[in-house]
Amino acid sequence: MLVLAAQGSNTLNMKTRCIALPISDKDIKSLKCGDSVLLTGSMLTARDTSHKKMTEALAAGEDLPFALNGQTIYYTGPTPVRPGHIAGSAGPTTSSRMDKYTPLLLEHGLKCMIGKGRRSAEVKKKMLRSGAVYMAAIGGAGALLSRSIKKIELISYPELGAEAIYRLEVRDFPAVVINDIYGGDLYDSGQAAHRRV
Amino acid sequence: MRRIQCRAITETVASLFQDACIHLPPDVIAALKRAARSEKSTLGRQTMKSILENVAAAEDHLLPVCQDTGTAVVFLELGQDVHIVGGDLTAAINQGVRKGYADGYLRKSMVHRPFSARKNTGDNTPAVIHTEIVPGEGLRICVLPKGGGAENCSRLTVMPPSLGHEGIAEYVVHLVDECGCNACPPLILGIGIGGTTEQTMLLAKKSLLRKTGSNNVDSEISKLERKILSDVNMLGIGPMGYGGSITAMAVHIEVFPAHIASMPVAVNMQCWCSRHREATL
Repeated sequence: MLVLAAQGSNTLNMKTRCIALPISDKDIKSLKCGDSVLLTGSMLTARDTSHKKMTEALAAGEDLPFALNGQTIYYTGPTPVRPGHIAGSAGPTTSSRMDKYTPLLLEHGLKCMIGKGRRSAEVKKKMLRSGAVYMAAIGGAGALLSRSIKKIELISYPELGAEAIYRLEVRDFPAVVINDIYGGDLYDSGQAAHRRV
Repeated sequence: MRRIQCRAITETVASLFQDACIHLPPDVIAALKRAARSEKSTLGRQTMKSILENVAAAEDHLLPVCQDTGTAVVFLELGQDVHIVGGDLTAAINQGVRKGYADGYLRKSMVHRPFSARKNTGDNTPAVIHTEIVPGEGLRICVLPKGGGAENCSRLTVMPPSLGHEGIAEYVVHLVDECGCNACPPLILGIGIGGTTEQTMLLAKKSLLRKTGSNNVDSEISKLERKILSDVNMLGIGPMGYGGSITAMAVHIEVFPAHIASMPVAVNMQCWCSRHREATL
């Protein structure tokens, strides 16, 4: 669904689309790198240590306390919640640190990841094979992104503090598609379009 | 001889970190606004607009601008006629970090045994403290909460002196090309040249405390700052790496003499969310 036209008209990115989570295969097929999206629904948070723990459990044949199939993982470690607030500041962290763990999660059905920064060649190849997308949220925009979080619930690894796994209910969470299922990569194409050396 | 109580140091450090994480300095906001105006890509301009909305949202809701409230870096300029009383200076600063990060609902990001267990220290201590003894009887405290994403893209090298300023420019531009998009551009590049290896990295970090976009008073150095800024902005990385004309907002270079055999160069990368705050007791 096309909902609003952003200002300007000279680049890849002219429209913002609303996408429901869990993300459908139909929506994944429709997304192209450079698309701006507003996500509404449920996603899990996970970062460095929780990735290590998830992959160790999966490698040992154990079940996770949540289904990865069709899931969206947001790489973030929010600040503690101030009284009277729903969530703390919650911007994305650098995704490349999760590259080592990501192929196994994709094999278990992970469909969408949100973070910031480039992914490894291996992760990108695996995403193409499993039909998953990678999006970026604006790094450092923790206060703004916090406003899209309507509910936050601790799911696993409470001992990890900011690195624990939370389920977030989000409404109109802004992101940009970086890697689509057709091999597009906004970090490559965006830079190439503006590079002068 | 002037006496300064540890208690006052703790209170000051606690409030400086809380303020630094919520309110960006005016010179940083001004640089972000300039970047928003001059960025050529539509998505880049939209991104800068969101970044400025975020800065305002942080002020409105008293939320940290960025959830990565960083390693607690503290610069002290301690007057040589000051006597610290009522405790231990390092402990007083760490107590200030503990209090500021708890009271301000800031994220605790420090881990013990970084090579293995990586267990959170629970209160964002220990602080990284750099102390300089200066004339006088004041104590200047400057805090710089340093996020991990940009710090991870920082580098140190020791170049053959024959490479000169061209070698330095090439090194910095190559580094930004390689990992700038992970460091949350538009960036501020802190560069140290000279001294010994540990000294040059400290110069690079301290240069981040300068007013964003201010040039070095030395004309040869300021010319190099402008050249590197211009070259980096030819890379096309743009705000958040989505492509665009503003990859860096500022280049700050600080220089120290070096050994006849050496030319150490350090780059301390700073994301757009450049936080620092200071007070003098």
